Amino acid sequence: MDIVNALVALANFVLIPAVAYGSQLALGALGVTLIYGILRFSNFAHGDSMAWGTMCAVLATWGLQGMGVSLGPLPTALLAIPAGILGAAALLLATDRVVYRFYRAQKAKPVILVIVSMGVMFVYNGLTRFVIGPDDQRFADGERFIISALDFRAMTGLDEGLAIKTTQGITVVVAVLVVAFLFWFLTHTRTGKSMRAYSDNEDLALLSGINPERVVLVTWLFVAALATIAGVLYGLDKSFKPFTYFQLLLPIFASAIVGGMGSPLGAIAGGYIIAFSEVGITYAWKKVLGHLLPESLEPSGLVQLLSTDYKFAVSFVILVIVLLFRPTGLFRGKSV
Amino acid sequence: MKKWLMASAATLIAAGTAHAESHAMDARIGVILSFTGPIESLTPPMGESAELALTEVNESGNFLDGVTLVPERGDATCVDSSAATAAAERLVTTDGVVAIMGADCSGVTGAILTNVAVPNGVPMISPAATSPGLSTTEDNGLFFRTSPSDARQGEVLAGILDERGISEVAVTYTNNDYGKGLADAFAASFEEMGGTITLSAPHEDNKADYSAEIGALASAGGEVLAVLGYADSGGKGMIRSALDTGAFDTFMLGDGMYADSLLADLGDYLDGSFGSVPWAEGDGTEAFTEVATEAGINAESSYTRESYDAAALIALAMMKGGEASSAAVAANVMDVANAPGEKILPGELGKALEILADGGEVDYVGATNVELIGPGEAAGTYRYYEIKDGAFETVSFK
Repeated sequence: MDIVNALVALANFVLIPAVAYGSQLALGALGVTLIYGILRFSNFAHGDSMAWGTMCAVLATWGLQGMGVSLGPLPTALLAIPAGILGAAALLLATDRVVYRFYRAQKAKPVILVIVSMGVMFVYNGLTRFVIGPDDQRFADGERFIISALDFRAMTGLDEGLAIKTTQGITVVVAVLVVAFLFWFLTHTRTGKSMRAYSDNEDLALLSGINPERVVLVTWLFVAALATIAGVLYGLDKSFKPFTYFQLLLPIFASAIVGGMGSPLGAIAGGYIIAFSEVGITYAWKKVLGHLLPESLEPSGLVQLLSTDYKFAVSFVILVIVLLFRPTGLFRGKSV
Repeated sequence: MKKWLMASAATLIAAGTAHAESHAMDARIGVILSFTGPIESLTPPMGESAELALTEVNESGNFLDGVTLVPERGDATCVDSSAATAAAERLVTTDGVVAIMGADCSGVTGAILTNVAVPNGVPMISPAATSPGLSTTEDNGLFFRTSPSDARQGEVLAGILDERGISEVAVTYTNNDYGKGLADAFAASFEEMGGTITLSAPHEDNKADYSAEIGALASAGGEVLAVLGYADSGGKGMIRSALDTGAFDTFMLGDGMYADSLLADLGDYLDGSFGSVPWAEGDGTEAFTEVATEAGINAESSYTRESYDAAALIALAMMKGGEASSAAVAANVMDVANAPGEKILPGELGKALEILADGGEVDYVGATNVELIGPGEAAGTYRYYEIKDGAFETVSFK
């Protein structure tokens, strides 16, 4: 019985939150990695693209809620995601037309594009705040929990509670669906194959008749979709505040780099590695060990490897180690 | 070229003299608040309240043989110490302010105090800086505040727990001067009363995820989680995460968590949680609301009362000292703020000036029941509230 309690406590405080957070990071990192792989630069504006897409989805959600549309136990925001993707795609394509295309035509060095994307980031930052303001926005509705800690305790009679939020469930399901679709698209469709060809060798791809503008267009559409989905899922799970999305940029880049820039599989693995290291290494094992060990051996301290102050340090130490010993990332992406 | 230079120099000198003459009867007061930055929405009513007190003094016609008090605004930015120092330096050296009403955020207030006020001998009265660290900063008797130090709030929070018979708590605080200062003050008082803090973990504001912090705090345990952070930032994120995982269901909230937005988002789940917030009530508060509303100022905004009181104290101290100088303010603030003497409410500054002119004593009560203790800071009244049915309900005043 005590082993069950220990497992439940571990699942509730480490496994479930880390899996949900990892899925959100993975979707964000996929967007970053696609741009890096195909358009060949690190897009610092990705966090704010997420904020913009989510903002469009939030506005659409409010519209739907105003019209009385609801998905029952599921959040209405899921219905608003297409509207968010449209909004994000419009902004990203407009930016590409006005800004990035100019530098692409000049064959500008990646580092110049990085700086350009930083400028774009600040513009997006301002745009989002201009429309919806800098404050926290609430748009989640429907059932909050699949199972709440209290219900779980009442149901099983265990000491420990296990909570699974609806949003955590949706996050994982949607993340799996999106990733599966992306892989199918990249490997089985003509456009997907041309995207990979363009990524592998631009000149060769151009010689074989691939239309570069089309590849760029499809890439931005995917990035808009990934950014909006990741942003909406994160906003549903936590809350929507433009500044937090800007801050998400760091863990997202850490995930993409750990996994290997340009490698979609790496982005997913990286997302989970960063999430689990942030939550896991700073976890205090007192509760879990308390259930497992006999009373005489129960720890009096917290049995915490590192204090939570160091959780960001942990993910960055992993980043540094990966870059030192395997600069292309775990899944052999491109060298950064 | 040479002629041109001479001409401009001559003009400059002439302008300078004219400038000095026209302001011979003016005394300038710096109003240094964070008009830009994280608290920019709070500062306009604060500045207006301070200027309201100065206007009241000027209009009474009783102030120091017709000297006029002129407010000069400066931007403290709340977060950028060097910008705040530069703004204060400009006010003191170029505009010649004799006293400063400000600043607001604890970090920049400390910077202005050590870099500008102390070297130049200019007194400061802050309406909003609450860090306990400012009580012990070397200030040569130049620093006062009409807001209470968080050391006092720490005592109040510990007292509330004692009253409720809670002896074990976990603490999380926002990782900055305010959060750390308040958490330390609370820990000191609570442990003195025999309580145990299972874990005191900081959290960063605006971060993506708080599962790690909540995991550690839940493991440490405790009857309630004390959240000493900001309501629209990390503090709310911590509470949400704690509720979601079922780690804690009752919270004790510091003053930064007192916000209607918190109830709007999480009100249903917070029943039974409690906390404290600096509060003012009584005749002085009502009088201030009346005066401020008449002048078109939002009296209910945070720290407007403290701002009015800070500016009023500067004027009264000058009157008491008989001259509009820095030394007069520094020497007499404590004297006019505390008993003995005639009690003075907002709107009665003219009367206070008259009493002082006749050599009498005043005890400035103001909008916040001003009582300066220790190194010149407000004793402060706190409202102890509990959340019931999604609303803050007063339990008592401390």
